[in-house]
Amino acid sequence: MSMDASLVDWSRAQFALTAIYHWLFVPLTLGLSFIIAFMESIYVKTGNEEWKRITKFWMTLFGINFAIGVATGIILEFEFGTNWSNYSWFVGDIFGAPLAVEGIMAFFLESTFIAVMFFGWNKVGKRFHLVSTWLVAIGASLSALWILVANAWMQYPTGMRFNPDTARNEMVNFWEVLFSPVAINKFLHTVSSGYVLAAVFVIGVSSWYLLRKRHEAVAKKSILVASVFGLIMSVFLVLTGDGSARLMAKHQPVKFAAMENLYEGQTNAPLVAIGILTSKGDEHKKEDFLMKLEIPDFLSYMAFLSANAYVPGIQDLIHGNEEHGIISVDEKIAKGKLAIGALKQYKQARKTNETMKADSAMKILDANFAYFGYGYLTNAHDAIPPIKETFYSFRGMVGLGLWFVLLFILMLWSVMKNKVEKRRWLLRLALLSIPLAYLASEMGWIVAELGRQPWIIQDLMPTSVAVSQISAGSVKLTFVLFAITFTLLLIADFKILTKYIKIGPKDGGAE
Amino acid sequence: MTVGKTLWLIILIKLFVFFVIFRVFFFKDFLDSRFDTDEEKSEYITKQLLTKPK
Repeated sequence: MSMDASLVDWSRAQFALTAIYHWLFVPLTLGLSFIIAFMESIYVKTGNEEWKRITKFWMTLFGINFAIGVATGIILEFEFGTNWSNYSWFVGDIFGAPLAVEGIMAFFLESTFIAVMFFGWNKVGKRFHLVSTWLVAIGASLSALWILVANAWMQYPTGMRFNPDTARNEMVNFWEVLFSPVAINKFLHTVSSGYVLAAVFVIGVSSWYLLRKRHEAVAKKSILVASVFGLIMSVFLVLTGDGSARLMAKHQPVKFAAMENLYEGQTNAPLVAIGILTSKGDEHKKEDFLMKLEIPDFLSYMAFLSANAYVPGIQDLIHGNEEHGIISVDEKIAKGKLAIGALKQYKQARKTNETMKADSAMKILDANFAYFGYGYLTNAHDAIPPIKETFYSFRGMVGLGLWFVLLFILMLWSVMKNKVEKRRWLLRLALLSIPLAYLASEMGWIVAELGRQPWIIQDLMPTSVAVSQISAGSVKLTFVLFAITFTLLLIADFKILTKYIKIGPKDGGAE
Repeated sequence: MTVGKTLWLIILIKLFVFFVIFRVFFFKDFLDSRFDTDEEKSEYITKQLLTKPK
């Protein structure tokens, strides 16, 4: 297989571009649907028409974002089949099954009840309409569940067995795939990040009204609902983020060490709260700190719930550490080569009907399959992900997440004290926080996906092996086409959203 | 034009671009377009897996 580096790079760039654009639409849909459901619940409970007006206004913004964003994810599936055929075949039904369930969920729950939600006012009963709104919210998050389960499997492959006859991984335990700790945590962390983003969006837009002295009653009520929802979800986001870190330390320790730029392993490892890296540019990808501010023992605690736990560094994970039972990447490469060699022997033995040889090759393959992907690495240092990008993205995500917690507290406090419109500095900060919420959300994905490199499936398949043998030129062409299409969609989303925000709740209610 | 009509128009154009232009002209399934049976596909992928990238 002759591998064109530019083909791999362009295929990765195209997937990253599509995923980043897709994720600009999704979190607002996930979170705003719940905020609307809470607002409508208050309307149904109190019978206050003001809450109906508020609900319909935010529903209009939800509808705009949903309509423009819907089906942008389908492009990712096109790319799997065209650009990533080796990967698509290799993952077999592990990806197919969850995506099929997602399709059914999205169709039955979202599509059916979204029609009632938008067009059912005054046509169905209040309670039936409310149930539909809740089902849209639940359905949207359940749709996300399945794709996140598939993504979690790429981070932590489990519940499958590789079939050398078909060259596919076959699911042997659906529940193990669905309820893997990585899948559960990834789902909860990702959807709660969407809920937080939507809460920031509602608070930011409402703050703009207060700065303009327009729709003040609507804005204050919206801030109240969004700040309570955002605060609760932020706590949840912090807890699931903490869970993510622990799972990463266990299942993807190189990613964890890269995210912390921890080169030498240590006990009582401190967490770098703020740091600036300076690159040495050597093949070991070592980065030095120009400056850093540390929290003592915190990294050990974050990774293993013990302040004096040993956190392995990149050096331990690449070169091995006997004392801590860590094998080197060179040993893993040797095991990977054994697995690939055994697959070759197995296929030859099957062709010549040598059952004993095939069985013996199969045993070697099974014993070493966990390291299959390492067989493609030529240098142990290839197992190190990009450090700077994961290090800064992690700190950006966490730093902004903490700011949002503070924002929700300040907003809730101000609105409850009926002083929110007077705190114009806070309103300006809230408005500025809307793009920051999107930035934080994208940075989370950068940590997850770039931090997993060089793997497309952790330890089993490097990204470079996953690509289809197509011309890099065709990938470049579709990259440009996607960049244009998605940018146009984003401009349309922004323009229509801002138009209806400017109109405001009075005339902007959905009908 | 009302927001509903604008959004329906965007949805229809988008679906046309995605499913008719992109899917048909640019995103043919790599394996489906080259092989007829699953056996042929698995043989091809096995070859890919056994040949180390250079």
